[in-house]
Amino acid sequence: MDAMYRENILDHGMNPRNKGIIEPATLDLEMRNPLCGDRLHLTLRVNDENVITALGWDGEGCAISQAAASMLGERILGMTVEDVKHITKEDIFEMLGIPLSANRVKCALLGLKVLHVGLYGLEFWQSEDEE
Amino acid sequence: MIPEHIPTILNLKSDFPILNQHHQTGNLLTYLDSAASSQMPNIVIEAMSDYHRRYHANVHRGIHQLSELATEAYELARKKVKGFINAKSKREVIFTKGTTEGINLVVHAWGRANLGQGDVVLVSQMEHHSNIVPYQILAQEKGFTIRFIPITPMGEIDLLAYQQLLADNPVKLVAVTHCSNVLGTINPIAEMARLAHKYGAIIVVDGAQSTPHMSVDVQALDVDFFAFSGHKMCAPTGVGVLYGKQALLEAMPSFLGGGSMINEVTWDGFTPAELPAKFEAGTPNIAQAIGLGYAIDYLQAIGMDNIHQHVQTITTYALEGLRQIPSIRIYGDSPSRGGLIAFTLSNIHAHDLSQALDFEGIAVRSGHHCAQPLHRLLGVNATTRASFYLYTTKADIDRLVVALGKVVQFFKG
Repeated sequence: MDAMYRENILDHGMNPRNKGIIEPATLDLEMRNPLCGDRLHLTLRVNDENVITALGWDGEGCAISQAAASMLGERILGMTVEDVKHITKEDIFEMLGIPLSANRVKCALLGLKVLHVGLYGLEFWQSEDEE
Repeated sequence: MIPEHIPTILNLKSDFPILNQHHQTGNLLTYLDSAASSQMPNIVIEAMSDYHRRYHANVHRGIHQLSELATEAYELARKKVKGFINAKSKREVIFTKGTTEGINLVVHAWGRANLGQGDVVLVSQMEHHSNIVPYQILAQEKGFTIRFIPITPMGEIDLLAYQQLLADNPVKLVAVTHCSNVLGTINPIAEMARLAHKYGAIIVVDGAQSTPHMSVDVQALDVDFFAFSGHKMCAPTGVGVLYGKQALLEAMPSFLGGGSMINEVTWDGFTPAELPAKFEAGTPNIAQAIGLGYAIDYLQAIGMDNIHQHVQTITTYALEGLRQIPSIRIYGDSPSRGGLIAFTLSNIHAHDLSQALDFEGIAVRSGHHCAQPLHRLLGVNATTRASFYLYTTKADIDRLVVALGKVVQFFKG
């Protein structure tokens, strides 16, 4: 229990950063995890240099999915759209720093999925998914 | 001179507990009905038993250890299937109950959305009922026409007639088997797919008899849909696979509705889940899918080319033996033949024949093999079919030929 619900998870899970939708937004996309009903609505703004200057998200889900979205949001603020492409699933697992079982991986990755699908399309996400 | 390719003869009976039983004759059972259902090796039986004993739980749902283990094993099986048929993606691998369900899924989802008045579906004359009747059911509702691709006297698809049918009709779909379950003919699917696509049709292939026996590469064949069953390839009944090209599967409406196949449900409607969940409504046959994964491991460890070569050797040996029986008629004469032989003996009904063989400890199948229109075309009510697999030995064939000789003598009596 302690291994999974570490302090950082509980902190981000209970007090998510950048929560709330922004307007106007360059990217505005909502996706769901049908297995557990988690929902994530991501909005972000990109300037002329392709840098992410503002970001907000909303959604419901377990502590893992909320914490992952919160940490990812903090991380990508100020990054370029091109740099975001290189964030991998492993990066998310590393950020969370906890062991995840197969059924929880989807919770952890919902944020990255919305981000990557929104910026690069579903095919980019799916090609990442293929082993 | 040593031939470049030395035919492989396999000896695998000891892997299959069911084949190590003694029949009341005192002999080991001679099982020559693998085209109906093959037997399972220990590794498959144990993998399923392990699931039942250690981690039986539903998949994709529970946040608990058993469900995690079950989900991992189920998805690992999908990955194995993907590699086995060389699909581009795991999303193209839909677990079904079997070939029949796979074909029905295509007909009711793709067909319902794409077939209507004026359209033509081509079905070959050598199809199993499961590749005829689903189209007939939908045709009653949608009013499209079904035309049959003729076969030659050798029992092969008449490719010239096929091309003519494509040229003369607004064909939207071609339904054909990869390997006939009666004639044994292995059809030129890559060529048929190329022609279908040239005329703007999709091709749906029944791979029930081919997938167990030869390496299947759905990308090389360029088929749109390809369905097969686990229980003919060392896996249990109750699991099969529908392969479909991702773009087609994504564009298709849903088939069965229920759990797992949804993204979101409201009082007003639903949005479907992503592939492959979109077409896997309800709790799947988890143990069976896991068993299929292990069956694939087993087949690949032996090598599909070795299996094919072995079955070819056995089939050639059986044809030589059976042709020595004076009153026999063998159906299908294609040089491109899978591991089964359907035959009749004059004056002996197929059912009497298989009954007599059963007394000798030999299991074969008799009847129309779910291909009544083909049997009518061949001018027989029923045939007897002996079918072979990786565990069939030359001794099994010898026993069949000797027993048939005895049966002929008996009924002459």
